[in-house]
Amino acid sequence: MAYQIADDYLYAENHEWIRLQDDVATVGISDYAQDELTDVVYVELPEVGQTFEQGAPFAVVESVKAASDVFLPVAGEIIEVNASLEDTPEAVNDDPFGEGWFVRIKIADPEQMASLMDPQAYAAYLETLGA
Amino acid sequence: MLAAIGAPSTEALFEAVPAGYRFPEVQLPAPLSEPEVLAELRTLAAQNVDVTGRPCFLGAGAYNHFVPSVVGHLTSRSEFYTAYTPYQPEISQGTLQAIFEYQTMICRLTGMEVSNASHYDGATAMAEGIIMAAGISRGRRRKALVSPGVHPQYRAVARTYVQGMQLDIVGDDILDPSNEALLASVDDSTACVVIQTPDFYGRIVDLSGVADAVHARGAVLIVVADPISLGMLVPPGAMGADIVVGEGQPLGIGLQFGGPYLGFFACRMEHVRRMAGRVVGETVDAEGQRGYVLTLATREQHIRREKATSNICTNQGLNVLAAAIYLSALGRCGLSQLAALCYHRAHYAANAINALAAFRVDTTQPFFKEFVVHCPAPAREINQRLLEAYGIIGGYDLGEITPERANRMLVCVTEMNPVAQIDQLVDALAEVTQ
Repeated sequence: MAYQIADDYLYAENHEWIRLQDDVATVGISDYAQDELTDVVYVELPEVGQTFEQGAPFAVVESVKAASDVFLPVAGEIIEVNASLEDTPEAVNDDPFGEGWFVRIKIADPEQMASLMDPQAYAAYLETLGA
Repeated sequence: MLAAIGAPSTEALFEAVPAGYRFPEVQLPAPLSEPEVLAELRTLAAQNVDVTGRPCFLGAGAYNHFVPSVVGHLTSRSEFYTAYTPYQPEISQGTLQAIFEYQTMICRLTGMEVSNASHYDGATAMAEGIIMAAGISRGRRRKALVSPGVHPQYRAVARTYVQGMQLDIVGDDILDPSNEALLASVDDSTACVVIQTPDFYGRIVDLSGVADAVHARGAVLIVVADPISLGMLVPPGAMGADIVVGEGQPLGIGLQFGGPYLGFFACRMEHVRRMAGRVVGETVDAEGQRGYVLTLATREQHIRREKATSNICTNQGLNVLAAAIYLSALGRCGLSQLAALCYHRAHYAANAINALAAFRVDTTQPFFKEFVVHCPAPAREINQRLLEAYGIIGGYDLGEITPERANRMLVCVTEMNPVAQIDQLVDALAEVTQ
């Protein structure tokens, strides 16, 4: 199975991605993650202003079969949430790297980005999972 | 098998049990024939005082309302009686549809947008409402302001229920029963305000403006309601309640020596994902035919584990069915008439008792089917005389809650008390206090 892996995104072990553009970082979940979850029916997002440590659960994504925590790849403060997911949670399945974004954050410690996987490393990681 | 599991003997399997408790000698009497057993059980049962053939004026949370025979007739059908958890919708459409109908009726009764498949009883439903309110505040507010008019046992159950959750149940010390006094105690850490109407003492609480005041302070309003009263009073949903809970026992379940009962729970659709308990939903199958399923299961503990809305993963299935049958049998008009009967009989009784020289009832405040009687002697003594001399079950001794109120009795009147019976009570009260 060939999963889409977006370039110039970085990836965490729990299949979240983070994309830095200028000062703003956007966070979502990968194609592999949405496929494993199956149809997403609801996303519980945090509130703007909340702060999280690296690896802390900041959202919950509910599918027809499970409810999974989503972990913040690097520490930061929530500056925007994707409110459209309330009405169209299926965007997470249809466009996980685009319209299906979860939050935008202000990164607390840019050095934490180095601990994440680049697209090639993530592809290799997926292979070890038998994906 | 012993060899397969590597145990030397059967006795060895019980080594974890302390020696003194292993294989105790049990002194059982000799076996009896079936007629002898029945005779013995009947003798035991006869020691109970029940409401069959006895005028009953006791309420305080469990009510003597009529149970139409159609209820027992249908609930004892084996398709319903033996059906268990409807996790496989393909073989449980009957059960699921019955629960869905019940949920719909509760929404109509309470004026709320969504109901769950029920909780254990009214007290635990209130506790779940409190936990849900804390969840609505995203855990930031951890205080539940419970009005002093709420059933004291509900308050106690809620305290037990929320142990270990860092939630505070407050409001015990508020002496003024007015809404103003209650609202004055709401602060930034209040997740919810809980008001019961009719309250424990039978008083109808005017909820006008309360929801707005509660919301303005950032909390949610939970209303504990009597389902029969909803046949006559404006539903809490129309008054702005966020969560409505209550005891469904009056809906065709009978007294049953205290249980099992039925906790109904309804809320606004915007909060549905924080609501505990099972929810049945209506959908269509692959061929476009209407069907019913358990839905929103991702709130529940078998999926969310420690983050579930509750550890509750069941519902009072048979009692839900009884309530649905009862409400169907009565219909809207029937429930309206029933509520009016209770209201008018209770007021007839209150006025008659108040007319007795030795007794006093405050008939100036609105009440539904219960009222407090100020007696010339301890309620407990009066009840004893009523039972022994007249076979009448008197009202609830309020001294059980506060010793200073031992001379007060909470009297309940329902459609099961004909006027002649009420007159009997009044005469008896006059006589026992001469």
